[in-house]
Amino acid sequence: MSDTHHEDVQSHVKTYIKVFVALAVGTLVTVLASNIHLGIVLGIIVALVIATVKGSLVAGFFMHLSAERKIIYWVLVLTAVFVVVMVGLIMFTRQDQQGRQQGIFAVPQGHVPAHLAE
Amino acid sequence: MSTAIEIPYNSTERPDTGLYNAKLGVWLFLASEVMLFGALFSTYVLLRTGADTWENGAKIGLSIPLATINTLVLIISSVTMVMSWASLKIKNFSRYKLYMGVTILCGAIFLVIKGFEYAHKFENGIWPSTSTFMAIYFTMTGLHGLHVIGGLIVNSYLWGPGSKMWKTDPERFTNRIEVAGLYWHFVDLVWIFLFPTLYLLPGK
Repeated sequence: MSDTHHEDVQSHVKTYIKVFVALAVGTLVTVLASNIHLGIVLGIIVALVIATVKGSLVAGFFMHLSAERKIIYWVLVLTAVFVVVMVGLIMFTRQDQQGRQQGIFAVPQGHVPAHLAE
Repeated sequence: MSTAIEIPYNSTERPDTGLYNAKLGVWLFLASEVMLFGALFSTYVLLRTGADTWENGAKIGLSIPLATINTLVLIISSVTMVMSWASLKIKNFSRYKLYMGVTILCGAIFLVIKGFEYAHKFENGIWPSTSTFMAIYFTMTGLHGLHVIGGLIVNSYLWGPGSKMWKTDPERFTNRIEVAGLYWHFVDLVWIFLFPTLYLLPGK
């Protein structure tokens, strides 16, 4: 084992300790931020931004994604595309108008059975 | 001539991918895990946006102090996991055993605390059928807990009987710790998002 390699690992270890401190601080900040009344939208945004920063630190340093082979980045890009499509499809169902009283899929009153009519 | 078939590229890099095979394999597995948890997170969003009211986890009995401790425990376990790999890189096997032992201990502490949380809810008559919130809470934390159990089994094997490989093929063993670590960090990463989503986000 060369000294250079040994020093490389030692410098990695120092980075891991710094990341650990950042993650611990991030966790406490998330909890403290949740005690401040920021409102629903801002409260959600703040919590998720902190979680994303923490997640990026774990992926970037502990999982070594900050310096990884190209093929792994492509695997992750492809995964991200599939996640977006999946979440997008699910979110589109929110626009579903079937069975609603208004909109293009509204059931004409004449077709509503008597026991279901308002 | 040996009759055993040698599996290629388990310690050396494959020329076309630049990776040893297990590493690409575990990343493909993690990609499928992203889809699994992604489906559950989008289910949470759909249930939340579709509901007239939504509870704040802390207000209906979820313990933020216990979940905060659990978050810190998992973060510590992630650091010790990567340290165990770094120890093998500098050929310090006893240090590896120490760090991996702490990782396993932290995983066990996480499960014990989660067990207390579950038991407290069951004692108070809170079940997955209690509300939509509790249904998604138990589904997501339960699936995550199963992942922790899976990681503990693999890590315990690599700490115990599996560590014999260090004497026969140290490079391959170091790679095994790296891929086990990738999985363990992913489990930590999922919890980093689960914690605010279920415990901290405001209700409506």
